[in-house]
Amino acid sequence: MIASLTISEVQAGLKAKTFSATELTQKALAFAEAENVKTNAYLSFCPERAMAAADRVDQALSQGADPGPLAGVPLAIKDVIVTKGVRTTCGSRLLEKYIPPYDATAVARIEQAGGVILGKTNCDEFAMGSSNENSAYGPVRNPVALDRVPGGSSGGSAAATAQGTAVVALGSDTGGSVRQPASFCGVVGVTPTYGRVSRYGLVAFASSLDHVGPFARTVADAALLLRVIAGRDEMDSTSAFAPVPDYLSLLDGNVCGKKIGLPKEYFEGVASETADRIADGVKLLKKLGCEIRDISLPATKYAIPCYYIICTAEASSNLARYDGVRYTTRSGESSTLSDMYRETRGSGFGAECKRRIMLGTYVLSAGYYDAYYLKAQKVRALVAEDFHRAFSAVDAIVAPVSPFPAFKLGEKSGDPMEMYLSDIYSVTGSLAGIPCMSVPCGTTSQGLPVGMQILTKHFDEPGMFRLAHAFEKAGGFAGH
Amino acid sequence: MKITEPEVRYVADLANLKLTDDEVARMSRELDEILTHIETLKELDTSGVEPMAQVLYDAEETATLRPDVERAPLGNAAALANAPLASNGYYKVPRVIER
Repeated sequence: MIASLTISEVQAGLKAKTFSATELTQKALAFAEAENVKTNAYLSFCPERAMAAADRVDQALSQGADPGPLAGVPLAIKDVIVTKGVRTTCGSRLLEKYIPPYDATAVARIEQAGGVILGKTNCDEFAMGSSNENSAYGPVRNPVALDRVPGGSSGGSAAATAQGTAVVALGSDTGGSVRQPASFCGVVGVTPTYGRVSRYGLVAFASSLDHVGPFARTVADAALLLRVIAGRDEMDSTSAFAPVPDYLSLLDGNVCGKKIGLPKEYFEGVASETADRIADGVKLLKKLGCEIRDISLPATKYAIPCYYIICTAEASSNLARYDGVRYTTRSGESSTLSDMYRETRGSGFGAECKRRIMLGTYVLSAGYYDAYYLKAQKVRALVAEDFHRAFSAVDAIVAPVSPFPAFKLGEKSGDPMEMYLSDIYSVTGSLAGIPCMSVPCGTTSQGLPVGMQILTKHFDEPGMFRLAHAFEKAGGFAGH
Repeated sequence: MKITEPEVRYVADLANLKLTDDEVARMSRELDEILTHIETLKELDTSGVEPMAQVLYDAEETATLRPDVERAPLGNAAALANAPLASNGYYKVPRVIER
């Protein structure tokens, strides 16, 4: 029963006194801990914090006060989002003992809304990866097929949501790290407009691309969670000022007559069964009365090189802080400061982080800046311009999230370039900062989930959610 | 070759990363492949395109300014709690200046 609860079912159960928040939290913790041996989705649990949050909800209920829209909802937080007093590793050996002194804004807002944080979820080291195999704490296994990856980098949050060890979860998305694992695990994953959710307390990977985003088993739950965490935060100067609509109340509505763009560049090189499922999805949209149009986003071809220049450049700068002085881990018996930096970083970072730090340092180094970083910033403008032009003709864009479904553990880990190329359909939306999401769209003949991506213009989360909700309902895709 | 082993060592120095000889060899192969792919950007004409450093900002330039009001800081003990080595309220690092 716990494994298929939705937020509204938790609210109804509390109201009907079927269970108290404390009882539900105890059960959810026991279930999540027992199930975790299968998937390794959680890196740590925080039972004391969870029980305290549940107690606050029960107190509020007993006093007739409003316990908040997430009251008693057991949920999980990706381990790149800081939690005061609860270890936050970022999937890295370097932060094995790091206990943050403050809460991320999204975390604080979740608890203010009555949410119950069960624990922290596994991820690729510093959110760098597309398979969760770059975690220093072992890979996550996909609950749908345990010999397969859950996707990455938010693999733990996706797996926990799919497995039912969390009702909803927070992830982070820089180039697809919420949408791609959501598609691999068969859940809903949302990357909101850039700045829609404060990045305060999200450990920085690539600041101009980083997003906090929700995972859920239904579009409605994702919409509700986003509503709670979104909104201006003076601790993040890039957070958006635009008022936050009540996404949930805007969910139902006619999508008949909506114009949907299919970008031809997103259907080249897609595995056949993934393409089939997306084609079925497009048929379903037509049945709902949507008007399908072929469009072109010509800069798509250049999005991967553009993305990997910008994200590694920013990462090389952001990760400079892990030098053995402030963040828990220092290596070697170094006699000089410089050796201490080098040894700590050389032994602390995993292979993927080192590769990205090196690439980022290279593209920013003297003599190369114009050819790489500046060029990439111009290409980014072209990618954004493509979308801007497209949204003058269509209301939403529909595409695959990933060229293929979940692959086997170890299958692609030997070839970094191949792994980078698989991000092709997700990095574009990140570069443009537009809202995008993955919504379940059926499975392959092997039972592997396929996710359909919906992209809309800046701040049009309501339009995106409405389409996804109608699609989910029509296809019977809500995960229960 | 886009990047040679000596260049990899130079960049590792800039990044304060100690790499083993094996890592240097592997890194130069992998970076070479990635840089070769990145070269495709050169075919795209970007003359006249303004570089995009920030994708979205939805308010007046001064909107992020706040009144200069005192707020309680994190505090010395909390700030140092995660330090691998600290004493007397300071981070401790290997000696930088010879006495």
